[in-house]
Amino acid sequence: MAERVLMKGNEAIAEAAIQAGCRHYFGYPITPQTEVAAYMAKKMPKIGGVFLQAESEVASINMVYGAAAAGMRVMTSSSSPGISLMGEGLSYIAGSDVPAFVVNVQRGGPGLGGIQPSQSDYFQATRGGGHGDYHMIVLAPASVQEMASLTVKGFNLADKYSMIAMILADGTIGQMMEPISFEDVEVEHYDKPWALTGTECKRKHNIVNSLYLQPDVLEKKNFERYEKYKVVEASEALHESYLMDDADVCVVAFGIAARVAKNAVVAARGEGIKAGMIRPITLWPFPKQALSQAADQVKSFLSVELSMGQMVEDIQLATGCRRPVSLCNRVGGMIPSPDQVLESIRKAAKGEN
Amino acid sequence: MKTTQILIAGFGGQGILFAGKFLAYKGLLEDLQVSWLPSYGPEMRGGTANCNVILSEEPVGSPIVTSPDVLIAMNLPSLQKYVDAVVPGGQIYVDSTLIAEKVERTDVEVYYIPATAMANEAGVPTLANMVMMGHVLRHNPQLTFEGTEVTVQKLVPPKKVELVGLNMKALEAGRDYQG
Repeated sequence: MAERVLMKGNEAIAEAAIQAGCRHYFGYPITPQTEVAAYMAKKMPKIGGVFLQAESEVASINMVYGAAAAGMRVMTSSSSPGISLMGEGLSYIAGSDVPAFVVNVQRGGPGLGGIQPSQSDYFQATRGGGHGDYHMIVLAPASVQEMASLTVKGFNLADKYSMIAMILADGTIGQMMEPISFEDVEVEHYDKPWALTGTECKRKHNIVNSLYLQPDVLEKKNFERYEKYKVVEASEALHESYLMDDADVCVVAFGIAARVAKNAVVAARGEGIKAGMIRPITLWPFPKQALSQAADQVKSFLSVELSMGQMVEDIQLATGCRRPVSLCNRVGGMIPSPDQVLESIRKAAKGEN
Repeated sequence: MKTTQILIAGFGGQGILFAGKFLAYKGLLEDLQVSWLPSYGPEMRGGTANCNVILSEEPVGSPIVTSPDVLIAMNLPSLQKYVDAVVPGGQIYVDSTLIAEKVERTDVEVYYIPATAMANEAGVPTLANMVMMGHVLRHNPQLTFEGTEVTVQKLVPPKKVELVGLNMKALEAGRDYQG
């Protein structure tokens, strides 16, 4: 077994990205994700990679776009306000169908907000982020080990589907240290015949572009893209089930909220309440099937989030509103305590909201 | 399932985060599940630092320490802020050079260690944090002093190998302190 070392979540992302073959990092510092950039600044020059601190997030996402168009494994990382600045670039990348890897270590919002952990960019991430019809694959790590494994997965999925994969983490998972090993890194390789690598006068030139002035052509592009999204939705949704076999109350939580909720589920079981948890690992595609199956069995759902309940809608959609969905949350950089979640589980078990 | 929630708190510059990292690595090398979570928010920018460490025989759930089994207080504001959060039967370690106040609670074990003075006397004035850690290792049921040097070697950058001996000196002083 590979040696387990202690690493911060943000550092784990950076190391995993390097192991996944990423040699191009463009970014702009912002708390609480700066360790990603710091790690890249230290490592990239030693392995022949590029670390570049851009003049702004707008610039860094466009540098990502350029390197992605050239077929490189490329990434950027930021936190909530910085991701908003990248909205236009994310949309251009999606509209050009090139793969890119983006990390959002969320902090409290809206606006400049605070620097403490949050999950309030859920809508922004799962609905695309920028303008136009598009999606990103959104991965939600709940441990430092997953920060690494989902980074590798994110690069693989981005290349596989030629789309953006985003890690949607939060300040806690980014800042905390846990033991981690890099033994299971499996880098997948996909051909990129569309990449702008120079024709050497041997082939017709490639074009990477998101401008389609002919509406019928643009419509066709959008329809094609959504055919691809159907495949992603059918085959890439991931979740973890915990104590769900006989559960009456299903807690739904991701990231740091799932860590806290797990303690509460254990405590609820100790009181004889049949609580279980479904932890979405991909937020888009949302694990609809798992939730729908759970709705056949449980009496109610409890969404535990660091937002005003942005995931509640997805639970309702996935379950066809067949069971009540209540919310346990803290926002603005606060994190619910296991006791608060436990109290919400007790209420949900009694059929209260 | 045995889990120890540890809270280390003090001023920025006292090596609070490093001390936490030491305990986390010590736990890791003793095959425990561990998590380490620093404060990075407004309180840090105001000059105080704290650090949450969890050691467990099971995978760690929430990494946030809400009810510490062990509190290590390196200044008075930290002791006052967290003293009531410690679980009954828990342990409180106090740097008595910097904190004159006594803990009034009778349902916890309290250890007073003049760590800052001891570190000065031992010629390692910046390592009061490790004096405290030495004493924690002596009393913590989940960790032992054995293998401490290997842990320190993991934490000290290869270019500063001389720090291993200095850290060990501080740790041993803390372990041997008879309060």
